[in-house]
Amino acid sequence: MSVLLTAVATLGVIGAGSAAILYMVGQRFKVEEDPRIQEVQDSLPAANCGGCGFPGCASFASACVKAESMDDLFCPVGGQNTMDKVAAILGRKAPVAAKKIAVVRCNGTCDNRPRLNLYDGASNCTIASALYGGDTGCSFGCLGLGDCVDSCTFDAIHINPVTMLPEVVEDRCTACGACVKACPKDIIELRKQGPKSRRIYVSCVNKDKGGVAKKSCDVACIGCTKCQQVCPFEAITIENNLAFIDDDKCRLCRKCVPVCPTNSILELNFPTRKETPPAPKEEEATVTA
Amino acid sequence: MLKTFRIGGIHPKEKKISAGEATQSIAIPDQVIIPLSQHIGAPCQPVVKKGDPVKVGTLIGKSVGFVSANIHSPVSGTVLKIDKALDASGYKRDAVFIKVEGDEWEESIDRSPELRKVCDLPASEILHKIAAAGIVGMGGATFPTHVKLTPPPGAKAEILIINGVECEPWLTSDHRLMMEKADEILVGTTIVMKALNVQKAIIGIENNKQDAIKLFSQKTNGYPRIEVQPLKVQYPQGGEKQLIDAITGRQVSSGALPISVGAVVQNVGTVFAIYEAVQKNKPLIERVVTVTGKEVKQPCNILSRIGVPLSNLIDMAGGMPETTGKVVSGGPMMGKALASTDIPVTKGTSGILIIPTLEAKRKAMKDCIRCAKCIGVCPMGLNPTLLMNLTEYEVWDRAEKNHITDCIECGSCSYTCPADRPLLDYIRLGKGKVNGIIRARKN
Amino acid sequence: MEHKLIVSPSPHVHSGDTIQKNMYNVLIALIPAFLVALYVFRLDALIITASSVLFCVGFEFLIVKYILKKTPTLSDGSAIITGVLLAFNVPSNLPVWILALGCLFAIGVVKLSFGGLGNNIFNPAIAGRIFLLISFPAQMTTWPAAFPAAGTTDAVSSATVLGTLKFAPEALPSLQSMLLGTEGGSLGEMSALALMLGLVYLLWKKTITWHIPVSILATVAFFTGILYLFNPLPLYHPLIHLFSGGLMLGAVFMATDYVTSPMTKKGMLIYGAGIGFVTMAIRLWGAYPEGVSFAILLMNALTPLINNYTSPKRFGEVVKNG
Repeated sequence: MSVLLTAVATLGVIGAGSAAILYMVGQRFKVEEDPRIQEVQDSLPAANCGGCGFPGCASFASACVKAESMDDLFCPVGGQNTMDKVAAILGRKAPVAAKKIAVVRCNGTCDNRPRLNLYDGASNCTIASALYGGDTGCSFGCLGLGDCVDSCTFDAIHINPVTMLPEVVEDRCTACGACVKACPKDIIELRKQGPKSRRIYVSCVNKDKGGVAKKSCDVACIGCTKCQQVCPFEAITIENNLAFIDDDKCRLCRKCVPVCPTNSILELNFPTRKETPPAPKEEEATVTA
Repeated sequence: MLKTFRIGGIHPKEKKISAGEATQSIAIPDQVIIPLSQHIGAPCQPVVKKGDPVKVGTLIGKSVGFVSANIHSPVSGTVLKIDKALDASGYKRDAVFIKVEGDEWEESIDRSPELRKVCDLPASEILHKIAAAGIVGMGGATFPTHVKLTPPPGAKAEILIINGVECEPWLTSDHRLMMEKADEILVGTTIVMKALNVQKAIIGIENNKQDAIKLFSQKTNGYPRIEVQPLKVQYPQGGEKQLIDAITGRQVSSGALPISVGAVVQNVGTVFAIYEAVQKNKPLIERVVTVTGKEVKQPCNILSRIGVPLSNLIDMAGGMPETTGKVVSGGPMMGKALASTDIPVTKGTSGILIIPTLEAKRKAMKDCIRCAKCIGVCPMGLNPTLLMNLTEYEVWDRAEKNHITDCIECGSCSYTCPADRPLLDYIRLGKGKVNGIIRARKN
Repeated sequence: MEHKLIVSPSPHVHSGDTIQKNMYNVLIALIPAFLVALYVFRLDALIITASSVLFCVGFEFLIVKYILKKTPTLSDGSAIITGVLLAFNVPSNLPVWILALGCLFAIGVVKLSFGGLGNNIFNPAIAGRIFLLISFPAQMTTWPAAFPAAGTTDAVSSATVLGTLKFAPEALPSLQSMLLGTEGGSLGEMSALALMLGLVYLLWKKTITWHIPVSILATVAFFTGILYLFNPLPLYHPLIHLFSGGLMLGAVFMATDYVTSPMTKKGMLIYGAGIGFVTMAIRLWGAYPEGVSFAILLMNALTPLINNYTSPKRFGEVVKNG
């Protein structure tokens, strides 16, 4: 019996003593932190994806609390909802930012863009693009080796095995920008998702002269300026034989799409037109959930 | 015991099947394409435009900045256009297209075959002539020679090493040059010694070129300050740092230049071009290219002007074999696989190696089995499997700490790996990323 | 020529070395030891070795194909080696069902559950042997006499050299018989000479380097040598320790396993020294007569640490102090 008492007493004393020491140390070395940082952090999605530009949610929370204005702070995963919550905690108003989505600006499928050689190196776009212009005649186009897929933490982009091009899964893309950074050819761009997820973009980044570009790929942009001429909102600029649609100016009127002689401009999630567009080579890509 | 470098190394099959083929010239085609970037450093600015007449030796591209090299026309005719053309980089880059008419040379060039032994010019004049002639490292690196021969302030060259090693399997262009132009090479060596103000030169030759060793040992009797050093047949014996280690016993430390141990290394082809430039006023417009491979009908060594499409050289060697899988510009260890043979010969094209499909296709890679063979063969004493892992996981600070930037890209690691891992592919990627980080840090 | 050119980064040539070739070299190096085992233990040696190989290969195939749902890569020979080495670590009269359990543990738990070849931390054969030793101590420490009479499979329990050394040092056999392998013991432990022939073959074929075997043997020799100098008991005789038990087998074949040993030369020497030291500590002062297996297992656990803190000799490494 006395053994039992001794055991209980000893362990009790050790336990209590350790607890006291831990408490004292905790108080002595306590880091004074604005309690709002933790509150803000708790309202964040905790994906730690870096899409906000900060190394993790804790860092972003800290930046939000310390910042003077909310203008440059946006969590692409949580979106407007989350930013409103954060603003509420801090007694500020969050600016309204349009939802963006990753867009792959290349439509050089195996049909459109013939393969001229066999790439046999490591399956990595950065490695291949350092070696040469790729296995087609277009040295600007997508290599299809999946650096973008590897970089995505939301499983929102995959290589289509038939076209050998990446396809973005709309529901899951948070526009964090990881794939944009990963692509060595700057093919992926973050563009406004648009009302009803509709968007129009030039699906090409080829800067070769028109004739050269068309030889390598049927749907290349040849810089003919037809789209620029027909756009009522001056949203299209042509530089280095390549057209670019500014998504701040674009009103999604769709006038540019049918005039493109190579069908290089794609319109997503629009209802099909009543009149058939001039001899299209490819159907518009409709990416559904 | 033959001298050799002390760390790592491999011994791939030598395959010098074209070693006995005397160099032959190739006919000049109707059109040549001269890329404006055939060297390390800034690409040249074109100094001709459409319609301009040119002769052999006319300056067509001017060097931009110190680390750059002039480019001269290798043919006579008329400039067709300045446009983008596919070159060995794998991308289309600016090039001068020339329509060939006749074979008229610039008057200043001395075309006589007599050996001019004496050079009375001071060092500065020699360097000036080398720069004007657009001489670059002909071993394949194409580093502008006048830059290499201008030591940075405070550094002094003590020994000149002539690289006659040609350690890459299959290639024999340097070997043929040594056999056929030995006198010119020796005079060129004395000229470089004068430019650097060194009293001693050693010509390193791998032991599988016994005829060249004998020839040079004989001829250097007339040159008391030049010696021949036979070297063990081991790859990469011809790597600059390894060669210096083998011959002088000194190892250039990480990030330092060879001049920091008093050594300057020049390829035999470069030295020959220097002779022609200084003694004959001939700019760099042609070079010896080996065309070889297992199924090549007539492996040969071709003296070709720059700008000639590689397909012409392959035709001269009996045409492209049916079984061709890869066409490599350079040797099998460090050469560049080409997507097309319409690419022109440039100053750095040491050879064309044609590899049959069965041998060219890589095997599927497996997990690393930690056999450490890659570590055993790395001539820079690095840990290739660790560096590949760090690159795959993008751990750049550890990659830098493990000296990924010291990699000379010799390929010994990938060559050896029993799990067929593409070690060098990833290390190259990591090297690029870490060098970028270092540059950004400095700015 | 119409077909497409192949484009890939350099190098464009390969040595032709494969995992398979290295594994088969190890098997060839084990042949002398196997022949000695056959000579000493007759049919039992064949049964044990063959069943061990069959179980290891079989379990690997079944587990990879049906549980992990991947394509089995049996052709790399590593499962065969695990089978042979496990067989060489058990007495020749071990019941086959116990051996099968050992194979299942070695392949399924130690190798495949860690990720398969290249990813395991512990040597499967060694861990399998230790598993059997701890789970079936009686069967694993009952050795038949050497040269059993034809037809007998009864275990006439006979002592091994190390057992004798620890418990009855007066009755030691001669060095020659240990070298040649005519004493009792597990299948592969018999002939130090046969194992040394294997070492020479592996070094010649450049399958392994000298660092691990030499550092293990040198450490053992040095350790016992010092002790013997002060106290010349048979217990401390260097040659007896070098030639007996699983030391030679462990030093040449088990400790040199690529996956579980360090990759740098410095690391290999540290690893070997550690194995030598722990082996002797167990042999001299531990409860077990044999310590090689535990030593190797312990050093396997330290291998990642050793890899982290050692690096190869770099080109142009600036030596402080000139």
